[in-house]
Amino acid sequence: MSAARAGRDDDPDRLYTVTGGRSRAHNDSFDLVTLIVSECEPTPGMPSEQARILRMCRLPTAVVELSADLRLPVSIVKIVLSDLLDTGRITARHPRTSKAPPAPRRRGETPAAQLPDPTILEQVLVGLRNL
Amino acid sequence: MDSAISESVAAAPAERKPLSSAADNGLKIVVVGGFGVGKTTLVRSVSDIRPLNTEETMTQAGADIDDLSAVRSKTTTTVAFDFGRISLNEETVLYLFGAPGQQRFWFLWDRLFAGTLGAVVLVDTRRLDESWYAIDRLEHHGTPFVVARNDFGSDTYTSEQVREALDLDPEVPLVSCDARSRESAKHVLITLVEHLHRLSSARELTS
Repeated sequence: MSAARAGRDDDPDRLYTVTGGRSRAHNDSFDLVTLIVSECEPTPGMPSEQARILRMCRLPTAVVELSADLRLPVSIVKIVLSDLLDTGRITARHPRTSKAPPAPRRRGETPAAQLPDPTILEQVLVGLRNL
Repeated sequence: MDSAISESVAAAPAERKPLSSAADNGLKIVVVGGFGVGKTTLVRSVSDIRPLNTEETMTQAGADIDDLSAVRSKTTTTVAFDFGRISLNEETVLYLFGAPGQQRFWFLWDRLFAGTLGAVVLVDTRRLDESWYAIDRLEHHGTPFVVARNDFGSDTYTSEQVREALDLDPEVPLVSCDARSRESAKHVLITLVEHLHRLSSARELTS
């Protein structure tokens, strides 16, 4: 916990450099557990965070794991990923918890629409019981 | 390599078991509880990897905030959290997040934990009052949960007393656990997913 982490404790310049001064990714589709896969190798002159991400994602790696390894807040990592996705250097495997999009919610209704599919939960149960 | 290597460096990607190349679906379960209640211990007990730590920041009072009364002005909200993971099969990987239950954390709930399968509220029966807020917030967000009482060996309350103190809905499962035990931690997760399955199946029948 006490290790250096760019988000709060130290060099704000690093955050600025990594993001080009942006505070939000324009592509807001990344989840904490979206799995990122590199589609190419780093090239000379590429910003170091981009290059590191490409090396780390030769096998699928979740956004939150990249954030932990790069010691950057999740939202900053999403900005870098957004750039890599735009240029086709990575692909993103987004989480799926239901077969169908969630039902529209009426005002005041209990938001139970987010319940995952029973079939996905059954897979999870099998996996947990086999641990 | 330096023998005095720190724990955080030792958890570098090279030493961590990577996911399968076929992994394509990440799922989330959140363990919420007060400081020192055993969240990280529970995550560690079942995780395939040594728990990692990271943080998220929110730099302005934006639309993500669902409780404006608690925000006096534009501020930077930072929450640290740790996590582990379990590969359930070649394609599916379950991420377990240990999250602090304090107030500022909930400002970031939607951004971090939208789409989470469900939550475990880990409680210490000596400090049940610390769990009230977490339970209230989970209900507010419509996130299904179970309550797990971590057994610290001095626990003399009955389940009924704990239920009453937490004002738990009768359908919310309450289990005892030892967060240090892999089997016990597994049991907590299975209890949660069975609960979710009941809710989800009931919903499919009625829709």
